Amino acid sequence: MGEQRTKKRIGKNRISEWLWGWFLIAPTTIGLIILNIIPAIQSFYMSFFKIGDFGVNNEFVGLANYEKMFNDPQVWRAVINTLRYTVLVVPVSIFLSAVIAVILNSNIKGQDIYRSIYFIPVVATPAAVTMVWRWLYNYHYGLINFVIKKIGLQPVKWMDDPNVAMLSIAIIGIWSIVGYNMVLILAGLQEIPKTYYEAASIDGANSIVMFFKIILPMVSPTIFFVMITSIIQCMQVFDVVYMMINVSNPAYDKTVSLVYLFYNNTFKYYDEGYGSAIVMLLLVIISIITVIQVKLQKKWVNYL
Amino acid sequence: MQTKSKVYLVVVHTLLIIGSSVMIWPFIWMIITSFKTVTEATAMNPFRFFPSQLRFENYQGVIEQFNFLKLYFNTFSMIAINVLCAIVFSSMAAFAFARLEFPGRDFCFGIVLFQMMIPTQIFIVPQYLMVDKLGARNTIFALVFPGLVSAFGTFLLRQFFKMIPKELEYSARIDGCNIGQMFVRIMLPLVKPGLVALAIFTALFAFKNLMWPLIINPSPDAATLSSALSKIQSAYSVNYPRLMAASVLAVCPMLILYFVFQKQFMESVVTSGLTM
Repeated sequence: MGEQRTKKRIGKNRISEWLWGWFLIAPTTIGLIILNIIPAIQSFYMSFFKIGDFGVNNEFVGLANYEKMFNDPQVWRAVINTLRYTVLVVPVSIFLSAVIAVILNSNIKGQDIYRSIYFIPVVATPAAVTMVWRWLYNYHYGLINFVIKKIGLQPVKWMDDPNVAMLSIAIIGIWSIVGYNMVLILAGLQEIPKTYYEAASIDGANSIVMFFKIILPMVSPTIFFVMITSIIQCMQVFDVVYMMINVSNPAYDKTVSLVYLFYNNTFKYYDEGYGSAIVMLLLVIISIITVIQVKLQKKWVNYL
Repeated sequence: MQTKSKVYLVVVHTLLIIGSSVMIWPFIWMIITSFKTVTEATAMNPFRFFPSQLRFENYQGVIEQFNFLKLYFNTFSMIAINVLCAIVFSSMAAFAFARLEFPGRDFCFGIVLFQMMIPTQIFIVPQYLMVDKLGARNTIFALVFPGLVSAFGTFLLRQFFKMIPKELEYSARIDGCNIGQMFVRIMLPLVKPGLVALAIFTALFAFKNLMWPLIINPSPDAATLSSALSKIQSAYSVNYPRLMAASVLAVCPMLILYFVFQKQFMESVVTSGLTM
């Protein structure tokens, strides 16, 4: 009798757990299906169409958008520009943030103040940030050229010189991301038990040995995480380039990023099908990079 | 490590101070320029580094020409709704994914992971067409639409719910709590750090987002601070004092919040980063 009753109750409990589970995940799941799953499929689908106004009168064009994309020099320039931006920003910003984090972690005076200051750009709107940098980069009246002229050097066309503009954009990118990465690496450093340092210093290790033998291996998972997120973020760069370089800028071809190109094709020239094909290319590139990274991480990341 | 020589300290502090100056100088220059006239700003006289007097004309100018009150209202409504939705829906789903067993759970969690792995640009055009079909462009609803649910928030909070010991769950059940009561009264208070981190992360993301408000709400009265700046930039082109005044107005709400809740901001970055 008693056994039967417990069995019954378990059954009832399980049904109630199912109902609660479905109820609780319903908003998120339905939302994700409507907002993300269906749109992802639609985007893929649209990349085979010439989209009419307001998404009606679509004309199936097969692989034409992809064919156009592979023959479009602008797309390849955008791929190269985006990769160049990533290659400029990620290593420099990670190196700088790691150095700052290691210094701040050595219990230096004013640690909290420095940390707060380096973090400020993270909370600023990229649109506003780019405007100030445009002002600093201004050829005639910008502060940077003013200093350069004072030293006796030639002023630089930071925003219009096709060979310099990408560097100027990357500087803003590095400046914006250093604080974010630094806070993460600092948190990783603080996880290292103090006893490790003590043991090492008893064994007579100096700071440099400690850095390479203890600090670096211990924070490698954090650095790996920071690297992946930074690369993915850089591959999607849009705000800074959009605010700094307009289509008529002579440096446009050397700076336009994949997402900016997607934006222009979709919302400026209203060619959603072509824009979708470009987004698919972005997805493929990001996936390839992520797979390579995950494969590489086994070589140098120490998980405990 | 214990013995830091004086020289080392001087070098390190000098480097840190130079770095800090690079970090804050753009903001200081933004504020200084916003009080100058165009003539003063372009004079480039080192002795005229600061404006000759505090002028608020630039602020008055941009506020009159661009409805900043409306921009603040739009931006804050968007942030408030996005944060509320992220907290409510994500905590519900995260709790279920972490602590309950039911058919379809892993499949649905797969949807969450799928969303997180894919670049957001893929969703933009179809989302745009949906809002357009609803005739809802240039509304607050349009601004919050893509952020009504948060895959990232669900993933983040699930990690927090997973860390809660099983014993608490048993004792709650013995006390006669049903699952809903257990979630609201016992589990939710325990994941408060996760909720704070998610709120800050969501707010920052919404505040900084440029492309979505730009395309979905092109009308100047429906813009956000971020998207309005691009219009202000084309309106004033080289009137930098005006542009700087607009930038100051656009960055200051989040900067003020940051100075008040510094600790929470950094903890939010760490928790959202390291739980991945």
